[in-house]
Amino acid sequence: MRVELQDISKRFGTVQANDRVSLTVEAGSIHGLLGENGAGKSTLVKILSGFITRDSGRLLLDGRATEIRTPADAMRVGIGMLHQDPLDFPPLSVLENFMVGKSGSLLMDRSQVIRQFRELAKQFNFDLNIYAKVGNLTVGERQQLEILRLLSLGVNTLILDEPTTGISAAQKEALFAAARKLADQGKSVIFVSHKLEDVNQLCDRLTVMRQGEVVGNLPVPCSESELINLIFGHELAPPVKPPTQRNTIALELEKVTLVSDRLNISIDRLTVNQGEVIGLAGLEGSGQQLLLQLCAGLLQSPTGRIRVNGQNMTQQPYLAYLNAGIGYSPADRLREGLIPGLTIQEHVALRTPAKSWLIDWKEILDKTQRSIALFNIRGKPSSKVERLSGGNQQRTQLSLLPVPLNLLLMEQPTRGLDIESTLWVWQQLIARCEGGTTILFTSSDLDEIMQYSDRVIVFSGGQVSQPIDAAQLTVDRLGQMIGGRFDAPIDNFADSNGHTASPNGEPIHLSKM
Amino acid sequence: MPKLSQSSVYQTGAIVLSLLFIAVVILLVGGSPIEVLTNMFSGAFGTPDQVARVVMTLVPLVLCTCGLLFTFTAGLYNLGIEGQISFGAIASMIPIRLFQDVLPPPVVIGLAILAGILGGALWGLLAGMLNVYGRINEIFAGLGLNFVADGLAIYLIFGPWKREGVASMSGTEQFSEALWLPTFGSTQASPIALILALLVLAATIVVMRGTYFGLKLKAVGQNLRASSVLGIPSIRQLLSAFAICGACAGLAGALQVLAVFHRLIPTVSSNLGYLSLLIAMLIGSNAWLILPIGFFFSALNIGSLQLPLALDLESSLSGVIQGTIVLFALLGRGFSQRKHLPTQPTT
Repeated sequence: MRVELQDISKRFGTVQANDRVSLTVEAGSIHGLLGENGAGKSTLVKILSGFITRDSGRLLLDGRATEIRTPADAMRVGIGMLHQDPLDFPPLSVLENFMVGKSGSLLMDRSQVIRQFRELAKQFNFDLNIYAKVGNLTVGERQQLEILRLLSLGVNTLILDEPTTGISAAQKEALFAAARKLADQGKSVIFVSHKLEDVNQLCDRLTVMRQGEVVGNLPVPCSESELINLIFGHELAPPVKPPTQRNTIALELEKVTLVSDRLNISIDRLTVNQGEVIGLAGLEGSGQQLLLQLCAGLLQSPTGRIRVNGQNMTQQPYLAYLNAGIGYSPADRLREGLIPGLTIQEHVALRTPAKSWLIDWKEILDKTQRSIALFNIRGKPSSKVERLSGGNQQRTQLSLLPVPLNLLLMEQPTRGLDIESTLWVWQQLIARCEGGTTILFTSSDLDEIMQYSDRVIVFSGGQVSQPIDAAQLTVDRLGQMIGGRFDAPIDNFADSNGHTASPNGEPIHLSKM
Repeated sequence: MPKLSQSSVYQTGAIVLSLLFIAVVILLVGGSPIEVLTNMFSGAFGTPDQVARVVMTLVPLVLCTCGLLFTFTAGLYNLGIEGQISFGAIASMIPIRLFQDVLPPPVVIGLAILAGILGGALWGLLAGMLNVYGRINEIFAGLGLNFVADGLAIYLIFGPWKREGVASMSGTEQFSEALWLPTFGSTQASPIALILALLVLAATIVVMRGTYFGLKLKAVGQNLRASSVLGIPSIRQLLSAFAICGACAGLAGALQVLAVFHRLIPTVSSNLGYLSLLIAMLIGSNAWLILPIGFFFSALNIGSLQLPLALDLESSLSGVIQGTIVLFALLGRGFSQRKHLPTQPTT
């Protein structure tokens, strides 16, 4: 099916997520959609699959104007989406998941469904036990199940959202083979990814988005440096951070593992100096947050050791981390950092060591007023935190961190903040570093990573890089690493005149990182 | 403060609507709303005896609602409150049976009250442990334990604690009058029970407003995840809330035994725990409302008792009235919140 999106726009509050985006996917082709975090890829495919309704623009399917308002609408016209985190039912069996969403008579003919499942699975070489619980499957197997389910429902446009994160090489091969097969059958596939290698290997055409707009539309194969330029669009900002590093080791990780349901990342060794700032780059959900939570004591590593300021923190309870002056500042402020319904004053009281049973509200009020002045919070002691603006919530969150602060683990320090608040936050953070605080932070803003980090660690698709000096980083190198290429420099496809240079062919190792 | 006035408009509207609805129900069953009103009033406050019964219903309502305020603040629906009353009542019988002929009556009464508090707290803690460690939703843990406590009461009444000769649903043998809580004159009202309830109420108000414990409880109830990030030991807070609520309910159960029934009966909790849940939902987090609303509800309960005689109406009308008011009040709250929700969640 030929899918045409014309001048699609979508706004969330102040953010223009899609700005007059047009995209054409030919029938029988695999179309790559690239862009960094927040470029608007997800919004666009969610509009196409009915999870979000557009503000304006047109959708044509095989030349006919079509309305899609719900995922059910999308299924009816044959558009199905494979989500990054599979939308399935872990407690149910593979067969039951496969049957979900099937229309038909009240009673289902199980044996017929089983036959259909086996035929489809055989066609794509997927090996799934129909009686296994979905909760026990790997992410790759859950994807395979979801693809089969969507196909059995008559999908002829399949959207794959970041499908290659957290799956094995063999599963990736099977997935690519399946996508190719679908395209050969005349179906269209939209492949959303940030991995340069994957898109160059699989897709027929690429569309690159940046800040809600389409910035490029090109045939495959194409040069990676051209792609990186399109994706990031500009030279990165120069570092502005003064050196604050001291010569003592503040954080020491040894053979730790970051485990979530999608990731299993090993870090052999990582040492960070006192006063140093480490930026963690990569697409969201690539494991950066897990590393911060591990260092904060909110997540235990099944293996290895962790030392902070020479103190062994391995397997210690979270309170020991707090007492050791380790602070964690989450990105989702109202869900993880602050307590909606409570006032600033009540938050201050919660973080004040209790002298007796009773709260001395007068003392707390004084303390709150000092915090409000010091952290420049626009709010009253009796303001509930959910009523504050994002910037003032972030300031409140900073005011609640332990004192003294030896190690600060911060997610998205300035997300959603205006320029003034952003500058203020970093001014505070650098002042803390000068006082000896070590900072690890994540950010989806590469400029922020470049400007404020001493060293940068890149996370991508289950891999993690060695720390790299920010001064030596270039946009190309960073873009390539976020795109999943850790060991190879840019091999210019344009030089080989456009013909299938194997992405795996002869990687040239950088002598020094 | 436009939001406050708007939500109070909704609240007032809800009360008016609920009164209209109640009037319609009364008309439908063939009564006159005005007659029902005057009859209920005289039924609750006509004689000193009736007033005393209103007071003695108020006592367990206040105690249980205070307890529920702790669990509600911690974000828990403690439906096990009925069982906690029953278990408190059972526990209070133990020192009475053991020591009634051995120790002086005031000591036995004191021990019985302590045993009731302890028993209720343990029963509440059990629901809490099932919830925290067994990952059973506290609603089901509580309901399940209610059946166990009721079954235990019936087993004791028909088994080990049965009356000489015949066991009967009317309960165990009444214990000696020396162990009854003293009353105002010849009425049922016990000043000690009332004072205990008011003390618990005062303590609840203080804890909720001015202590670290109350504040942490509120934090845990509003946002468990952020509370742990801020370093609040959430499990300890949750278990304490269960234990405190159970202790309040257990005290109510002990007072039912010592001051009202003077024995253990199978239905010792008399659904007062469920009624307290309604009150707790109505007051939200405002402990100051416990006394007036508790008083209103207990007056409805006692006042409706003479409806069958005077007007040939069911006395369960009081339950209809209480339920209607709570449902409409919650609806009003729901609607006023709905107006303020964002329509599209941003990602």
